[in-house]
Amino acid sequence: MPELLLELFSEEIPARMQARAADDLVRLVGEALAPLSPSDVRSFFGPRRIALVASVAAGVAATRGSERGPRRTAPEQALAGFLRKHGASQADLREEGDFWVLEKVSPGIDAAALIARELPGILRRFPWPKSMRWGGTSAFTWVRPLRRILCILDGATVPFDLRDGADDGHGLASSNITEGHRFLAPEPFAVGSAAEWQVGLRERRVIADAGERRAIIDAGLRDLAGRHALTVVEDAGLLDEVAGLVEWPVVLLGRIDVAYMDLPAEVMQVSMRVNQRYFALRDAAGNAAPYFAFVANIAAIDAGKAIVAGNERVLRARFADARHFWDLDRKQTLDSRVPALDKVIFHAKLGSQGDRVRRLERLAGVIAPMVGADPAVAQRAAWLAKADLVTGMVGEFPELQGVMGRYYALHDGEDAGVADAIRDHYAPKGPADEVPTAPVSVAVALADKIDLLSGFFAIDEKPTGSGDPFALRRAALGIIRIVRERRLRLKLAKVVADHQFRSGWREVEEEVGDFVLARLEVQLRSEGARHDVLAAVLRFADGERYDITLLLARTDAVADLLGTEDGKNLLAAYKRAANILRIEEKKDGPHDGAVNPAFLNAPAEITLTEALDSVEANVARLLADEDFTAAMETLASLRPKLDAFFEHVTVNDPRPDIRRNRLRLLSRVRDAMHLAADFSKIEG
Amino acid sequence: MDQSLQDRARPAERVSFQDLILRLHAFWSRQGCVILQPYDMEVGAGTFHPATTLRSLGSKPWRAAYVQPSRRPTDGRYGENPNRLQHYYQYQVIMKPSPPDAQALLLDSYRAIGLDPLLHDFRFVEDDWESPTLGAWGLGWEVWCDGMEVGQFTYFQQVGGIATVLPSFEMTYGLERLAMYVQGVENVYDLDFNGHGVRYGDIFLRAEKEYSAYNFEFADTEMLSRHFADAERECGALLQEKLALPAYDQCIKASHLFNLLDARGVISVTERAAYIGRVRALAKGCCEAWLAGEA
Repeated sequence: MPELLLELFSEEIPARMQARAADDLVRLVGEALAPLSPSDVRSFFGPRRIALVASVAAGVAATRGSERGPRRTAPEQALAGFLRKHGASQADLREEGDFWVLEKVSPGIDAAALIARELPGILRRFPWPKSMRWGGTSAFTWVRPLRRILCILDGATVPFDLRDGADDGHGLASSNITEGHRFLAPEPFAVGSAAEWQVGLRERRVIADAGERRAIIDAGLRDLAGRHALTVVEDAGLLDEVAGLVEWPVVLLGRIDVAYMDLPAEVMQVSMRVNQRYFALRDAAGNAAPYFAFVANIAAIDAGKAIVAGNERVLRARFADARHFWDLDRKQTLDSRVPALDKVIFHAKLGSQGDRVRRLERLAGVIAPMVGADPAVAQRAAWLAKADLVTGMVGEFPELQGVMGRYYALHDGEDAGVADAIRDHYAPKGPADEVPTAPVSVAVALADKIDLLSGFFAIDEKPTGSGDPFALRRAALGIIRIVRERRLRLKLAKVVADHQFRSGWREVEEEVGDFVLARLEVQLRSEGARHDVLAAVLRFADGERYDITLLLARTDAVADLLGTEDGKNLLAAYKRAANILRIEEKKDGPHDGAVNPAFLNAPAEITLTEALDSVEANVARLLADEDFTAAMETLASLRPKLDAFFEHVTVNDPRPDIRRNRLRLLSRVRDAMHLAADFSKIEG
Repeated sequence: MDQSLQDRARPAERVSFQDLILRLHAFWSRQGCVILQPYDMEVGAGTFHPATTLRSLGSKPWRAAYVQPSRRPTDGRYGENPNRLQHYYQYQVIMKPSPPDAQALLLDSYRAIGLDPLLHDFRFVEDDWESPTLGAWGLGWEVWCDGMEVGQFTYFQQVGGIATVLPSFEMTYGLERLAMYVQGVENVYDLDFNGHGVRYGDIFLRAEKEYSAYNFEFADTEMLSRHFADAERECGALLQEKLALPAYDQCIKASHLFNLLDARGVISVTERAAYIGRVRALAKGCCEAWLAGEA
């Protein structure tokens, strides 16, 4: 089958967009060339090119077929519409019985013609996250200026260009020409096949395949580190990113001036990884080593000496900056910085960061006893939690908020628990981030999130389908994760109600609680929980609304019960009871009066009543004790009695008093079940 | 400091600060650029020069290069930070329309000041540029040399809220930082200014101290607010008379006054957005008036 090679050669494509662009290219070309049944499709991406190789059919054969049209007696418009739809004329029709029949002929097309026809449209509508114009007046846009289009089919150029009416399409037209490394092999060259393209690029210092570049970098890092008895700190994300920044990866090792090795590890990491994309290294003992590894895009003529020296110098300047802030910041205590927070706006309607800190201090004091923390310590931590926002280091590196607060607190001689809480109160910052474990940290972390949710709900800045600018979903998930992982008993509605009252906000505890529960439901469903069990429990248990730990225990107990044979049969019997009640109550209204023992006569209904007497009392007691499993087991003990009841007793007895009494008995069964969960929501 | 590291970083040839500028002038002059002098007003960046802001609009081709002293009051460090200045020099190149070989030209300009791309690691790292006060944005890169940003490269997409008819190529070099790299110097005040013993600090250290004190401590904020309102009013009045260039001067003034007020810390977060919106409205009016006069 003929081989198609398409390469789009441009000025540097942002690393984060390359892989997606290659996927989009495969998808769009696959759709457009579907008649050619493309196979063995491979894609390539890198800083200056995205490319695709595929086997395609040599062409599409002409096809013949016929389609029945309107009746010959149909109005003229019907026939005209039919012809228009198929782009046909009266001459293409023949008569067959009462109908017009169209003889359809789809002309064949060879692969090159189809490719040449389809590609300009794909390029014009390519889904880059952000495209730009350049040069003259052409409206053709690309992520950065597109410089060449290489498109060959079995070695021959597939001719097309990007002209569009008066638009010159930047003069871009397909060819068999590409370019190698910008500096090491700048001369354009022609290629005749995908293999020649890949080899030709390699000879010209370009590795076309991103996976291969990644592997080269990975091996190079290990090798270089090994030669200095060091190990590389694994960082798959950085590896991917760096592989997208170079065409000819060369791994180099730089030294860190030992004078900077006493900077906090996180500070060094921001400079190295975030700003410079350097890899960190450890020595044989596992300590941070005074080296960094990085990837150049060129094998320099001096073996990289100037490049290493330059990178060392850049890092030295960054570390010097950091050292400046580190030394300066420690001259002033965190405590003395707190008043400056009054000048930092948190939100126009929610006051300054100073106001927020005063709220957090109060709230952390309320939460502390609920999570086993000393209220005074939690309040101290909350008071200092935001003070690092007005330090030089956090001003320069906002991502170090909290982290620097901890260092400065320790320097000031604050309690270690206070210092940790300052760092950890932002946690968890995402699904991969750990939740705080120390009670003081937990108290301040919860206070931070509850204040955020209550405050923004109070001023009606709730998340919408499209936007969540204040990251309230993350705050809700943070509360859920902390409560679940620490198995905390948090009366969320009560805490929010108290906080909103003291903050002078409107009532939001229901909205905040429902918002958190909605996130909990999404979370549990993604973990595989049954949606009907969640519906039966989460929206139901009034007494423990928004107590996440209790809700989870009840959910588990209901799910466990439904997993047993007894549970399934109990559910079936419950459904039967509920169905009968629904039908009869429609006629008579509710049957919720007390069961009259005088009207009980069948042995099965007497047994059931006696069982209910003890089950109701026991279930209520067990639920009050929060022993959900035992409560469910107790309910399950009703099953044989219920089965016997349905087997031997006719509910709709002709005697009205007996019938009413039996319906009331079933109503008692339903109520007993509803003590545990709203079983009407359970399916099956 | 590890002395051997510094020695390695120092290239054989030492280009003085002023020689760097002369070489860039010579290079961009050969590319057909008009070599202009700095605009005689306080601006935050070379982009504010009317040779860039206004002339990037419309369909008349244009090429210019110039040095622009730039003031960023909040970056002042009383002369105590080796890398930060409240007053520094940008070298600015504008070419409309952007030439097809803009990247190659740029790399040649680095060769002209002694940075050989076969010896160094040059990269184009994604950087989307935006100036909220000018209502301008573009796509391009930070240009990196051995891990250091040595320039900003932008294809202008919009200026003064108006889509560019012929997108320009704009290149901005931070001259001090570039010179520090070329000279292998770690403190800006140690830069060799003229090749004859005058250092950057001899000329500018005192200014950095005094202006930092002015910007952060002594600028009369009431007066600045008043001047901002004056400039805004004057700009509007001049736009009524279709005097685009004098109006644009008032816009530049307002922008700098806003920067000073910002440095004094008297602008709250919400006010900040409002101030930026006011300056952007002026810039937009000036750009529209300029275009109207070009037609």
